[in-house]
Amino acid sequence: MQSLISRPWLWAWLAAIAVFALSIALSGASQAGGLLYAALSFGAFAAIVGIGQMLVITLGPGNIDLSIPAVMTLAGTLALKAMDGAPGTALLGLGVALLVGLGCGAANFALIRLLRLPPIIATLAASLLYQSLAIWSNRGLRIKPPAALADFATGRTLGVPNVALIGVLLALVVWWLLERGLWGRWLLATGQNPRAARLAGVPVERVRASAYLSVALLAGLTGFLLASFSGGAALNMGQQYLLLSIAVVVIGGTSIAGGFSNVPGVWGAALFMFLVVSMLNAYGFDAGARMMLTGMIIIGIVIAANARRRRA
Amino acid sequence: MTRHSISPRKLLPLISFSVLLIATFALQERAMSYLGLNLLFNLTIPIALATIGQLLIIMVNDIDLSVGAFVSLVACVVSTLLVQHPWLGWLALAGLVLAYAALGALIHRFELPAIVVTLGMSFIWGGLALVIMPAPGGTSPEWLRALMTVKPPLAPMAVVAALLIAAAAHLLIMRSGIGTVLRGLGGNSRSVARAGWRLSGLYALTYGLAGVFGVLAGLTLVGLYTSSGASVASSYTLLSIAGVILGGGEFIGGRVSPIGAVLGALTLSLAGSLLAFMHISPDWQIGAQGAVLILVLAARLLFTRREALL
Repeated sequence: MQSLISRPWLWAWLAAIAVFALSIALSGASQAGGLLYAALSFGAFAAIVGIGQMLVITLGPGNIDLSIPAVMTLAGTLALKAMDGAPGTALLGLGVALLVGLGCGAANFALIRLLRLPPIIATLAASLLYQSLAIWSNRGLRIKPPAALADFATGRTLGVPNVALIGVLLALVVWWLLERGLWGRWLLATGQNPRAARLAGVPVERVRASAYLSVALLAGLTGFLLASFSGGAALNMGQQYLLLSIAVVVIGGTSIAGGFSNVPGVWGAALFMFLVVSMLNAYGFDAGARMMLTGMIIIGIVIAANARRRRA
Repeated sequence: MTRHSISPRKLLPLISFSVLLIATFALQERAMSYLGLNLLFNLTIPIALATIGQLLIIMVNDIDLSVGAFVSLVACVVSTLLVQHPWLGWLALAGLVLAYAALGALIHRFELPAIVVTLGMSFIWGGLALVIMPAPGGTSPEWLRALMTVKPPLAPMAVVAALLIAAAAHLLIMRSGIGTVLRGLGGNSRSVARAGWRLSGLYALTYGLAGVFGVLAGLTLVGLYTSSGASVASSYTLLSIAGVILGGGEFIGGRVSPIGAVLGALTLSLAGSLLAFMHISPDWQIGAQGAVLILVLAARLLFTRREALL
């Protein structure tokens, strides 16, 4: 029991369940299924980029990827252009999106490593370039995804949204890698003390490179899924995911100081963030009040998490 | 060592700004006039002020992800409340500065990660702005519009304002006694505490000053645009961080340069207009800012390497 309470991911899930219960209390039990379905669908996008952001934040102070929205938009745009709405091109589009992700991740890390830039500045500067590239290649035209792909992205299997299945599968893989895999151990060791990790024989730079590649790869995949889900790539499609990706990591219980990851918490926080907004919506709050309450919740959780850490 | 030699590294913001300015003049000589210079740099004034606000926060080893939302909120207050009920408007602006100061004290009292707290604050500022102003609009107070469109002799308003901002920030941060103490917070906060200063008070002062510059940015923005909206300044967060770093600032250790930061903000806006003069599609305007940032930082690396060798 004691070990269960001390799990940092528990709080995000409890909060998500509480908010879910409050929403149901207002709208009636008949809405429960629909709300859960929507939360799983929209939460999946936040969870996938959140897991990527978590890997980078785990590397320690100063490590963060600000290029996630730009990579999502660029990957979604180029993938849809490559497919051009033709049937049977879904795998081609996925390949393009993943390649864009890999390319952006490699560029980000090259700036960090070769120019010795702080990751905030490197990913910020690079994201401006990706954004321009997306604007240039998008040119205001709106290509629809192939019908089969759109059906898959908005569809369900055994009652669960397909995008949520992908998100859960990715979470399980990353969780297994972190908890059981050698790479995960290296990542955590690097985040806790890069010097000690290097002396212990951990290939620190390769671990950092793999984290920055992973986050960009996941952002590319999310851009592809989101563009297929919403029927096209819009230039502002990634906008809200910059703040959201950082928020779900922190609310999920991952230490912002690095060295400790928390995969289940990211999913709990992603569901929580969607449910809070939809609950405030149901209670009749307008957009401004919803944003203010979201901000207060983020700050409140940071203060609470910090107080717990200081007591411990 | 009392030799006052200026290293090339410190001159880099001035060099990169000059290179872009000369390129602009070469491409479009009409820019080399009173009117041309004003058009070129007019909209940079609020960005430069927001950059100084960000510089203060980076100076104490934090980062402020809420600058854009805060300046937008100030602009909304200025273009509505300050026009209709001046007293109430000023009171609200003073309250916003106090809120910033309280935030600084809170972050350091509880040792919170500034990046996450300011992220949360950006939601709060943005929400407040939406409540005040659900749709873009509003007007500028007459005196503010008059102030921003004043035509000083010799140099246009934009240039005079940039010089004033750089000089005031330099005096406050680099020359004044309290500025030196605040820079010490970023260098070694423990030794500042040992010297008898109350740290939370100093952090509150730093954040409060950043809030003052944020308010000034919002005021000048409304004076120039004569209207506002809840996300009018949302690009300022990233631009201000880029400006500070372009101007020679570092994320750790209280190493910042106010004059460099103002030059950095001017350089970034020049990068955008240079493209227009080269007849390159405006699609690449944001990308040009990123490219300039990368090029200048690459050049800085070369200078630092050479300094290390000497």
